[in-house]
Amino acid sequence: MIAVFKHELKSYFHSLTAYIFGAFLLMFVGLGAMLYNLQAAVSNFEYVLSFGSMVFVVIVPILTMRVIAEERKQKTDQLLYSLPISTTEVVIGKYLALLIVYLIPLVVIGFYPLIFSQFGEVYLPTSYGSLFAFFIMGAALIAMGIFISSLTENQGFAAGIGIAVMLFNYFSVSLAEYVSSTAFGSAAAIFVLAALLGWIIYHLTKNETLSYGIALLIMACTTVTVFVDSSKLEGILPNLMKQLSLFDRFDVFVNGVFDLTAIIYFLSFAAFFLLLAVQSLEKRRYN
Amino acid sequence: MISAKHLTKYYGEHLAVDDISFEITEGHVYGFLGPNGAGKSTTMNIITGCLSATEGTVLIDGHDIFEEPNEAKRVIGYLPEHPPLYMNESPAEYLKFVGEAKGLRGSRLLEQVNEVIEKTGISNVKHRRISALSKGYKQRVGIAQALLGNPKVIILDEPTVGLDPIQIIEIRELIKELGKTHTVIFSSHILSEVQTICDQIIMIANGKLVAFEELDELLKNQQKENLEDIFIELSMKKAMKEKEKEDEA
Repeated sequence: MIAVFKHELKSYFHSLTAYIFGAFLLMFVGLGAMLYNLQAAVSNFEYVLSFGSMVFVVIVPILTMRVIAEERKQKTDQLLYSLPISTTEVVIGKYLALLIVYLIPLVVIGFYPLIFSQFGEVYLPTSYGSLFAFFIMGAALIAMGIFISSLTENQGFAAGIGIAVMLFNYFSVSLAEYVSSTAFGSAAAIFVLAALLGWIIYHLTKNETLSYGIALLIMACTTVTVFVDSSKLEGILPNLMKQLSLFDRFDVFVNGVFDLTAIIYFLSFAAFFLLLAVQSLEKRRYN
Repeated sequence: MISAKHLTKYYGEHLAVDDISFEITEGHVYGFLGPNGAGKSTTMNIITGCLSATEGTVLIDGHDIFEEPNEAKRVIGYLPEHPPLYMNESPAEYLKFVGEAKGLRGSRLLEQVNEVIEKTGISNVKHRRISALSKGYKQRVGIAQALLGNPKVIILDEPTVGLDPIQIIEIRELIKELGKTHTVIFSSHILSEVQTICDQIIMIANGKLVAFEELDELLKNQQKENLEDIFIELSMKKAMKEKEKEDEA
């Protein structure tokens, strides 16, 4: 695991990826700090982070697109499979290297509230609480990026899917207001989601019975609910979209609440996608 | 050293390896022969733990490759069909990474890296980017990677494909050299090559084992001058039988 970690870290600084990621993050947060803290003379640094979180939608997929896709394309995944290290170690080693790349600009950003506090009243607990949440949320998004990269051998495709998914996640709360909250609309959405879930399970396990089974089971349950008590389905879709949003949970921190459930949500989100990435790599051995 | 029992591999519906069993013993150079698509790479990938088998077991030095993969993999050095190289690194950096991943540390790591660089003759290019190296050198870096950690068995999948005649001769010499200190299994469809380097033959056709014996024995038993005739006959025979079966059905 340490070998993979060191190797990955070196490769990020060998290429431009780490620098571009850091530069964009610093630029965006710097821009936010200028707009909010300097021009508007607001003393809350957490607003800057809320503004800066938008850039994740683009830079996280760019950071993670090559992490596994490139190994596949260059056939170096064969090397990783033949080395005496497990796929879990490979994924965790890669993940830790990405976290370091991500942590470096954050350390720089960590000085901003201190600098601002020299010139006025800055409430540091919320600033650093939000910065901590900012780190954990980014870590969760990076884990998802790794999983998306493991699905394909095309970097561009991995980046595209990543941006699309994260953009959807970013706007899901505002979109939630526009989606249908009627029982019928929710049922239709659940059908689509069940089909999508089935497809992902099939892609990961190549097990037709399992993937059809799960998809059809969810569809059947939904259908039964529609006929028995359709009111139960009302509002499920907008609720689900609100629940899944990482960015929405981050805003709680910006408003000055250190929300432990959100931290746990971010961490389990990261663990879930790392697990999926391991499965996706393992699956290549079994197809 | 390696004992493969009833290896079977399906890719979806397609049967790639069909109930292959063999026993590899220490101190030999094995030539792994078969026409394209016969299942050579699949078999090698299974033995080295890169691929799962649909059925069957592989024991490597007493370790099951599926149950104790890390212990088993330490005994094997593997060069896949496409040398798995990180193109924007130098051979020295690349080999350091592979050595570390194989559990080498500190001075032992440096010693071993230098040793395999010497052995494979890449010391004059060790600081150049791998992407800028010729195919022959890339292949050598791939072999160097397999030698790290001093594994007992070296498995090479078509190490001479795509090289020019001089490079082919060089790689052959290298394999012969390795055969003195390691058990070597290498696949090829250049039959003269196998005849000059190997003392044991494993031949497969259509995923089935058609011959597994000493080269001299094989030549004697089949009453043929060279491997080429045996190869053609055995792989053709298989094809004919398959056809008959199909016709009957």
